[in-house]
Amino acid sequence: MSVWKRSVCAAVWLILLVSLMGFAGCAPAGKVGDTGAQLQGAGATFPNPIYQKWLSEYGKLHPNVKIDYQSIGSGGGIKQIQAQTVDFGASDAPMKDEDLKAAPGELLHIPTVLGAVVITYNLEGVSQTLHFSPEVIADIFLGKIKKWNDPKIAADNAGAKLPAADITVVHRSDGSGTSAVFTDYLSKVSPEWKEKVGTGTSPSWPIGIGGKGNEGVTGQVKNTPNTIGYVELAYAVQNKLPVAQVKNASGAFVQPTIDSVTAAAAASAANTPDDLRVSITNAQGADVYPISSYTYILVYKNQKDAAKGKALIDFLWWGIHDGEAMAKGLDYAPLPADIVKRAEAKLNSVTANGTALR
Amino acid sequence: MSATTPENVPVREKHSDWRRVLSPTGNRGDAIFRALMLGVGLFMVAIVIAMMIALASDSMLSIRQFGIGFLTGRQWNPIKGEFGALPFIYGTIVSSLIALIISVPFSLGIAVFLVEQAPHYIARPVGFLVELLAAIPSVVYGLWGIFVLAPFLRVYVEPPLGRWFGWLPLFQGSITGIGLLTGGIILAIMVTPIISAVVRDVLAAVPGSQREAALALGATKWEMIRVVLVNGAPGIAGAVILGLGRALGETMAVTMVIGNRPDISVSLFEPSYTIASAIANEFTEATQALHLSALVELGLILFFVTFIVNGIARLLVWNVTKQTGGVGRAA
Repeated sequence: MSVWKRSVCAAVWLILLVSLMGFAGCAPAGKVGDTGAQLQGAGATFPNPIYQKWLSEYGKLHPNVKIDYQSIGSGGGIKQIQAQTVDFGASDAPMKDEDLKAAPGELLHIPTVLGAVVITYNLEGVSQTLHFSPEVIADIFLGKIKKWNDPKIAADNAGAKLPAADITVVHRSDGSGTSAVFTDYLSKVSPEWKEKVGTGTSPSWPIGIGGKGNEGVTGQVKNTPNTIGYVELAYAVQNKLPVAQVKNASGAFVQPTIDSVTAAAAASAANTPDDLRVSITNAQGADVYPISSYTYILVYKNQKDAAKGKALIDFLWWGIHDGEAMAKGLDYAPLPADIVKRAEAKLNSVTANGTALR
Repeated sequence: MSATTPENVPVREKHSDWRRVLSPTGNRGDAIFRALMLGVGLFMVAIVIAMMIALASDSMLSIRQFGIGFLTGRQWNPIKGEFGALPFIYGTIVSSLIALIISVPFSLGIAVFLVEQAPHYIARPVGFLVELLAAIPSVVYGLWGIFVLAPFLRVYVEPPLGRWFGWLPLFQGSITGIGLLTGGIILAIMVTPIISAVVRDVLAAVPGSQREAALALGATKWEMIRVVLVNGAPGIAGAVILGLGRALGETMAVTMVIGNRPDISVSLFEPSYTIASAIANEFTEATQALHLSALVELGLILFFVTFIVNGIARLLVWNVTKQTGGVGRAA
């Protein structure tokens, strides 16, 4: 008994000692080296894999710059950059005018990569790739087309043996940039969608069941026959899901690929406004995949701390040049060349206390 | 302790007041222990109050905008700024009820088997396995729900239910394997180990003399078990309340299989939504202040729903134990 007591006592002391040493050891390590900089970012979940790749690659090149990115969602990213609790924010959709006004300084949108939303389905006995025109997609998600063998679907899919089964629609249940891009597209192609549902990260879906995240939607589509849903391009490619071709604004059916997404950005470069806040869904052009979008990093034009600002701008400059080469490997579409030029101009305009940082 | 020096005396006099309150026996260790425990207990109460205040203040915007209509509204449309919580409240309560209806008989059966019937070499490993089930993270249950349970229900359970009981509005509608029934069943599976583990301990605590007395009066094994169950009734009810608490607040697993649709439909095959799922789903991307505030108010409602449901359960227990005159307060 006394041996037991003594050993417990010893263990308690040991734990106390170790934790004290741990604290002591931590304290100096937490401080930043005076030559380097420590940057914090937060926001969209969609570009998180490529941002993490950028951080680790950039960290190897510049070991004295430490950058953290937390994928808390676009909404959180916007809120945190407004509150200046992070050095950069990230959002899939461009910020709204009222959100920009609510920020304490002028915010710049730096596009980083592009993504797309693809239509995936589970239809037994149909092996060919399905084709959808915009009106058909809108009508299915509005609940107006109820059967797979509806003549409107059959019209675009000659030769496919479409079953007489009910269509089960699967959508995202969590608030998501993917839903925002998809509903933005539907609002552009269907006046009825625009009026009844509108555009947003958590729309009120007229029909269907909700799956949480890309994996939830995919799981329900894979396991339920006669379903249709939408997921991110990268997710569909990595999981080899059946993906539909969508008719674009120029009347061509286009397979979603990295090239057809970059083409959508290039095609809409001419009418991209100066602040680069743009929706590129339903863009004109023969080889354009119509449900594509940018994702952005948000930075203040006037940086408070020159050293930190310089480190941030250098990192972003590296991102839109060297970083773009890593996009394809992770199934993101890289920026087209003229958008890179315009993003460069944005980065060049960043100042700290009136002096340019590049 | 040199307490006899004259200048120390008044100081001790001063302290003696609170010391007498805290420790009538005058033992210093007792006083410290008592104060510590009092502090911990009050801290618990303070956390609950602080939580309620935080929830209420953050949901003020939504409370002012919608008032009592928030509780009865059926529309949830963040784009148009319409928020009504009734479908979520309905989904939360009904899915938890389904869970209890399925899991309570199962849990009682498991516990009775483990305590009264199984030989030691079976009771030990089976008891261990049941407790292991309680330790599985809920995301894992959710994934299993999507990939195994939902397809199984769609193919083998829901079609016969629809065929035989389709005259009941509960089992009408399209069969997808995703919906209120699936959500309730997955909750039942998650709640069963908790309830059965607690009930097992309750039954084990019923004195052996009760069993011996019943058997000596000529009771069969079944009649003896009934005596044990009646004796353990308050503890069993406590176990069920514990399970209900988990079912009401469960998030991930339910979200994966319930279909996440803010609609009220009588059919158990149709998709539904729970309060906890709605908060988890929409919180990250809620940019509008009103949307955020409405989500916080949902949290506040869940708080109250849990309070009320627990209160009703306790009241029921109290009534039951008064009627049956349950003696051995085993738990």
